[in-house]
Amino acid sequence: MELVLIGLSHRTATVELRERVAFSVEQARLAAHELRERGILEETLVLSTCNRSELYGVPPEDMPDSAAAMESFLASFHKMRPDELGGSIYRHRDLEVVRHLYRVAAGLDSMLLGEAEILGQVREAYKVAFDHGATGPVLNRMFQGALEVGKRVRAETEIGTRPVSVAFAGVKLAERIFGSLKNHNALILGAGDTGELVVGHLRDRGIGKLRVSNRSAERGRDLAGRFAAEAVAWEDLAQALAWPDMVVSSVASSEPILTRALIERAMEARGNRALLLIDLGVPRNVDPSVAGLYNVYLYNIDDLQEIVEQNKKARAAEIPRAEALVDEHVAKFLTWQAGVSTTAVLAGLRQRLAAEREAFLAERAAEFAHLPEADRARVAKMLDEFLDRVLLDPVEKLRGERELRRKLQNLEALRDLFHLDTGKP
Amino acid sequence: MTNYFVPATLACYAASLGFYVRYLYAPKRAIGHAATFALAGGLILHYFALLVRSRAIHGIPYDDLTGSLSLFAWLLAATYLGLELVHRQKTVGAFVLPVVLALFACAHAFATPGTAAPPARGPLFAFHVTLNILAYAAFALSFVASLIYLIENRMLRDRRLGPVGWRFPPLEALERLSRSSVGVGLVSLGIGASLGFVWAHRLLGRWWNGDWKVFVTLLIFAAYATYLLLSRTGTWRGARASLVCVGNFVFVIFSYSIVNLYLSRFHRFF
Repeated sequence: MELVLIGLSHRTATVELRERVAFSVEQARLAAHELRERGILEETLVLSTCNRSELYGVPPEDMPDSAAAMESFLASFHKMRPDELGGSIYRHRDLEVVRHLYRVAAGLDSMLLGEAEILGQVREAYKVAFDHGATGPVLNRMFQGALEVGKRVRAETEIGTRPVSVAFAGVKLAERIFGSLKNHNALILGAGDTGELVVGHLRDRGIGKLRVSNRSAERGRDLAGRFAAEAVAWEDLAQALAWPDMVVSSVASSEPILTRALIERAMEARGNRALLLIDLGVPRNVDPSVAGLYNVYLYNIDDLQEIVEQNKKARAAEIPRAEALVDEHVAKFLTWQAGVSTTAVLAGLRQRLAAEREAFLAERAAEFAHLPEADRARVAKMLDEFLDRVLLDPVEKLRGERELRRKLQNLEALRDLFHLDTGKP
Repeated sequence: MTNYFVPATLACYAASLGFYVRYLYAPKRAIGHAATFALAGGLILHYFALLVRSRAIHGIPYDDLTGSLSLFAWLLAATYLGLELVHRQKTVGAFVLPVVLALFACAHAFATPGTAAPPARGPLFAFHVTLNILAYAAFALSFVASLIYLIENRMLRDRRLGPVGWRFPPLEALERLSRSSVGVGLVSLGIGASLGFVWAHRLLGRWWNGDWKVFVTLLIFAAYATYLLLSRTGTWRGARASLVCVGNFVFVIFSYSIVNLYLSRFHRFF
């Protein structure tokens, strides 16, 4: 029962290379099918995200170098020369495959430590392979374990709780003040890249209403269309500020757009309801003295960046706890694997002894020729009973062995001594 | 008689606190439900614990420190549970349950033998005291919510959320919770105090007995009513109103401790 993984990720390959070896869902199905058709793997699964492409598999017993065959397949599938993949490919075997997958599912191998999307991607990849019949008992067990460890790491550690992007930090701050954003509104001034990301997150979090205002009316309408928002004329900005709970500003301007006087008037008009100002502009769009106004929460790009840095550190501090959970689940997999191996090795041993008994009796047949058939059968039965008695104690001891390492050593010894061909754990 | 409901209640509240704290870290639906169910279980067991004591003294257990604090804890937990169900905001539980647990533990750590209720008391009097304690419990809840509001607001304004800031409930939820609990407190205090006047009139033949407790209770009512009004005005909504709410609780503590122990002639209900 060997496990093999080959793949490349953001740690080993450039984005150009990752793009070339990415699999669509249909391609993943096809690749899994071909890998099994060609006899390279018995069980297989393709995991492809924007940051990694990996082939997981259980090769047949007689496959001498499955990883090389998988690598060659990967190159040919994407119509590339094997040397183009060259140093970007990593290979893992057996326990390292399990550990790698569990770390991936836990977000420990992600570009953004602890990101949540990867768990959904692993789940989807497993579903595709399972539905297609590409997985078997080993990969099923391993991927179910991966989903479990991914969920536990997110539930039991804080590796994914705090925002680590400026845009998401802005939205999470809004939730600190307003709670659910469904009944709240946001006004977007201008639209830089980060501003667009904020809008995306606001939409994801179910923001009630969005309005957009831009100096150029045409660009404002364009942005409003793109964000599915309502356009507000730039000239009406002073009145418009009475409406939103959150203002995200990223306007190219050398002078602050939102002055203290403007916000003071807005706060008066809105009855001092809390107002969150996210200033993504450089130079700043909001007069810093606005931060002193009652019920106004002002965050500029540096403030958000500082929050992100703090949160990244907090996430990094959770790595040991997440790794401990990974270790726990790797050990669980190993225990399961050893259980499966024990059954297989003992079955092989019994088969081997039965064959030896048959051979022994055949060799000595002449000595028993004078015995009636019933007595010969009785001798054969007695030999069976003797072998059962000899095996009884070691089998019980092997099954009952609590220390995994010792159990695996014993299994390995049995395989070697009796030449059992049951596949290594 | 050994009251087995006391350790069972303690265990349920402790479990509920554990789940609420866990919920702060991992706001999963199942954990939230577990916290709420454990709290509900604790409330039921706590009710039976109070009932056992009630039967022992043949009355509602508010005549001594044990009974009064225990009843206070029960009403605080019940008020919180009610408001949690209304506002669907479970994160405050992690801050309220320690108070409930502390009150309950104190009540039973210094347990005194139940004493028989004095004569001349009846349902009217029982409602008067129970509703007043409910009002105190509701004000305690608003105090906790407002205190968290002030801390979180300071963190947000200083742009330093730190490790705990991300786990606090949203400011608006805290504001709503505080207002709702003050609303509950004012209604109970209003009815409870009125019943007190009626009872005094029946017993003494006059509505007003000039007791310190009455003065302070009216002061508390006025203070919280002012908070409720101010919290909806533009100038005061938010941190200022929360500060008022936190300050008001000083009167409640004063009334519940100094006034009861040293100043009042008629009110010594613990």
